[in-house]
Amino acid sequence: MDESRPRGLSADALPAPAADGALIEPGHTFGSVTDKISSIVLQRRTPLGWVVGFGIGFALLQLLLYAVANLLFVGIGVWGPNQPVGWGFDIINFVWWIGIGHAGTLISAILLLLRQAWRTSINRFAEAMTLFAVSCAAFYPVFHTGRPWLAVYWLFPYPNTMGVWPNFRSPLIWDVFAVSTYATVSALFWFIGLIPDLATLRDRATSRPWKVVYGMLAMGWRGSAKHWHNYETAYLLLAGLATPLVISVHTVVSFDFATGVVPGWHATIFPPYFVAGAIYAGFAMVLTLAIPLRKFYGLDGFITLTHLENMAKVMLATGLVVGYGYMIEAFMAWYSANNYEQFMIWNRMTGPYWYMYWALILCNVVMINTLWLKSLRTNVAYLFFISLVVSVGMWLERYVIIVTSLHRDFLPSSWGMYAGTKFDYAAFVGTIGLFITLLFLFLRFLPAISIFEMRTILPGAEMKERLEDGHP
Amino acid sequence: MKPPASIPEIYGLMAEFHQPADIVDAAERAHIEGYRRMDAYSPYPIEALTEALHLHHSRLPLLVLVGGVIGCLAGYGLQWWTSVIAYPLNIGGKPLNSWPAFIPPAFETTILFAALTAVLGMLALNGLPEPYHPVFNVPSFALASRDTFFLCIEATDPRFDAQSTRRFLESLPGVSGVSEVEH
Repeated sequence: MDESRPRGLSADALPAPAADGALIEPGHTFGSVTDKISSIVLQRRTPLGWVVGFGIGFALLQLLLYAVANLLFVGIGVWGPNQPVGWGFDIINFVWWIGIGHAGTLISAILLLLRQAWRTSINRFAEAMTLFAVSCAAFYPVFHTGRPWLAVYWLFPYPNTMGVWPNFRSPLIWDVFAVSTYATVSALFWFIGLIPDLATLRDRATSRPWKVVYGMLAMGWRGSAKHWHNYETAYLLLAGLATPLVISVHTVVSFDFATGVVPGWHATIFPPYFVAGAIYAGFAMVLTLAIPLRKFYGLDGFITLTHLENMAKVMLATGLVVGYGYMIEAFMAWYSANNYEQFMIWNRMTGPYWYMYWALILCNVVMINTLWLKSLRTNVAYLFFISLVVSVGMWLERYVIIVTSLHRDFLPSSWGMYAGTKFDYAAFVGTIGLFITLLFLFLRFLPAISIFEMRTILPGAEMKERLEDGHP
Repeated sequence: MKPPASIPEIYGLMAEFHQPADIVDAAERAHIEGYRRMDAYSPYPIEALTEALHLHHSRLPLLVLVGGVIGCLAGYGLQWWTSVIAYPLNIGGKPLNSWPAFIPPAFETTILFAALTAVLGMLALNGLPEPYHPVFNVPSFALASRDTFFLCIEATDPRFDAQSTRRFLESLPGVSGVSEVEH
């Protein structure tokens, strides 16, 4: 193949589906794929299940509004953090949500570069999941300042009347740059991927208002070969840019801890261990969403068992890296011969939060290893269960890292305990509501599976051999 | 309303195909026939079609490189200027120009500028957003975003002739219809 040509999305760059695992149900054509996916959006009747799901999300979103209103009226004292545990649910949930987002970028960018054809039917909603998870994550750093409208000058470098600028030597400022860049690039990647599908919706919508809305969003896309040529180049370049970006984001998040001197945080293993944990948590969330999605919308012809099993394998691999991280934390504490480090790990395992640590080990080390069994990897109900276990496990991991490291540091006189308040929990459940609400809106108004990329993996899309043989 | 004499009566002639191999073949034949001002429309990217039309390499990678370099310089420049000139602070005795600490934000601005250039550059090179285009006047063109492939030879092509071009398009294998594209 000519090396100078941009590749990636084109039909002939994608490998043929493996014999044992079909990526798409046989019998589909360009037309049937288009109709099936676009009908989910274009059908006039809103399914009852959608109304119920959206209703739950929207109700929980009200809880978030209540929690935020309370926070803004009263102050951040309604949240749990205090001395010595100055970081609580806000950063636990921030790291949890941002980690979940990582799988979307991994699927859309890294698997594209690695030419994994199976990414095609899951990349769109995984990217949407990334955007919504990052929105939920952004809630915490913004509102943990208590009065966000007074806090902008700490975070963003803008010429303010005080002549004050942020301190760029602080990892928290790196975080602002990493997360805001990540949110922007994820949104761009998602939108670029949507343009050809928005054109499909424009051409297929039957009501005038939707034709206009989708038409404006599609920006006049007409599928010209000249346009596809630049489009593919842009998509591939974005994938190449998003790949180091996604790795940098959780690396920078881990620097928030690793550059500190607190025992339990000050570790060089943090960046790779956080990145692996993020991908692990993200794939769990993709499974949590994909399994009901394929069931209720009848998409098991597009999101096949092969997809679910592949995701389970990625989860297992990254889960093992995370388990290795826990092991190294314990090993380094012992090997450092440092009293504080040794106390930290001993306190984690046997101190007042021992149950958190062992629940974490149960979720992320014991349970994940059941995925070695193919019978469990291909059991949809079990995969759904294990994906929830992983999400819980990853939340516990952040809780353990943050709370157990801070609550007993160098001086026993400054030891203390931490627990989230009801407003901490309300805000956490509320962001889950925000996530569900955005997700259901996305499912109703935009194609959850990339239509044009699905066309490229159809058997009829391959044409190299046919051309060489002459005309069929 | 009659268009001025210098502008052709129609935008071009458009042939319709149902197989990806047919459109690639048609584009190749049209190129051999000497047509240059033409475009093909497909519901998904087909690399062979780009080759058949002999499209030039995209200029986008160069633009993205420039965008990334500007992003890197802007990101580092911002940090250097605020930390050394505008608001010098002694943080733990570190030098004012603490370059290792400035790498992560400079990296992020590099990616940000490059990604914005990739997206805006793609739209600019493609001339999007473009609210009106003559090809949409062909009723069946709505299927270009579903399962149908189109080849449009534009009337501005020097070799274009309403009769002979139509005969050529109708002679192409797999063609299911040829229509005039009005302005």
